[in-house]
Amino acid sequence: MIALVALFQRDLRLMLRRPADIVVVLAFFIVATALFPLGIGPEQNLLARIAAGILWCAALFAALLSLDRLFASDYEDGALDLLLLAPGALELAALAKCTAHWIVTGLPLAVLAPLLGLAFGLDEGALAAVAATLLVGTPTLSLIGGLAAALTLGARRSGALLALLALPLNVPTLIFGSSAIEAVTTGMGFAVHLAILAALALIALATLPWAIAAALRQAGE
Amino acid sequence: MASLHFLASPARFRRFSERVLPFLSIATVLAVLVGLYWGLVVAPPDYQQGETVRIMFVHVPATTLAMAGYVLLALLGASLLVWRHPLAALMARATAPIGATYTAVGLVTGALWGRPMWGTYWVWDARLTSFLLLFFLYLGHIALSRAYDDADRGDRAAAILALVGVINVPVIKFSVDWWNTLHQPASIMKLGGPSIHLTILLPLLWMMATFSLLFVLLVLVRTDTEIDRRRLEAAELAT
Repeated sequence: MIALVALFQRDLRLMLRRPADIVVVLAFFIVATALFPLGIGPEQNLLARIAAGILWCAALFAALLSLDRLFASDYEDGALDLLLLAPGALELAALAKCTAHWIVTGLPLAVLAPLLGLAFGLDEGALAAVAATLLVGTPTLSLIGGLAAALTLGARRSGALLALLALPLNVPTLIFGSSAIEAVTTGMGFAVHLAILAALALIALATLPWAIAAALRQAGE
Repeated sequence: MASLHFLASPARFRRFSERVLPFLSIATVLAVLVGLYWGLVVAPPDYQQGETVRIMFVHVPATTLAMAGYVLLALLGASLLVWRHPLAALMARATAPIGATYTAVGLVTGALWGRPMWGTYWVWDARLTSFLLLFFLYLGHIALSRAYDDADRGDRAAAILALVGVINVPVIKFSVDWWNTLHQPASIMKLGGPSIHLTILLPLLWMMATFSLLFVLLVLVRTDTEIDRRRLEAAELAT
């Protein structure tokens, strides 16, 4: 357990020591979101209607950006081999790394998204829904992304491959995330959608660390 | 799967496939010919769908086998990861493109049928979307298994992906019950028996058998090719 906390702290520290990597992800999120009003036209009603989908899609892409380094730097400098040899469950180590990834990407995205929602003319209820759905949904994205990153370790064209693997698996989260926000804007509650998002996150939490660990083991062989 | 363990060695599989393939090929060709005649000439047009019902003779078997193919991929993945069967990797490599093609056939025939019946080639309902995801999962499997210089690594990575992705198959199956879809609910495999008239149900079942034969035939032939490819690569390395 102590080793796990140490691993988690190490990952977090490594990521925070390179704040540019985090800023790039957030900047991408802002730029990608800002492109839609420019491309579609500044009509306020239309933008408010499609804001949920735009914010969620942009968050999905932004979360992909930093994934290729999640295990790759450890793979290259040999830290992954030590993790494989270390006593203690590799599953928990994978979970610790995904959690660190979520703290530096999912969490800031969830904080930033409501601010961008303002620019799309969303009301307070919808803004709260944006933050809540991203908060509950992004852990799933980090776990699925972690699996895709582990599977593509050392592959040719691993970046494009990572996106091809992660995006289809992210679709359920995307659908329930954006439909929750839409339910709020049309005057219905979003408790059901949020519960489904939480269920998806729990399923991912209960199963994917094993898959990630299996992928890391075969990468280390 | 236990009964298939005897096929685990590539050499034994080769002897098995050499014996089976001639009969299987002839049976498949005959089944396709009979199916074409039955589906296009003998079967009557549907009272609602008219002649377009004949598209169903391709659409239903293609989609069903596309889903079954992914389940097979997951089983092969499990047997590769658990028992390290050398043949499972080769067979998975052979199966994925066939499954992807069946999925594409299912998507295209569905669109062609949807245009006259629903008035649109495509809708984003749960059944169609989850089936499109199946296509992407197949593509991911194909790309991942071929993305490594070391073929074994690609096989094992793709096996893990198949085991995770197989969760999509029940979602496709039950999507018509869980959500309000434009796609109609099940009409063959349901409580109280199928709700299709025999004159259309029988050729449909025949085509189901035909597509299954074709699937097995293609998997066997492609697995044979994969065995040859591995042997060639090994021989190249040796020289």
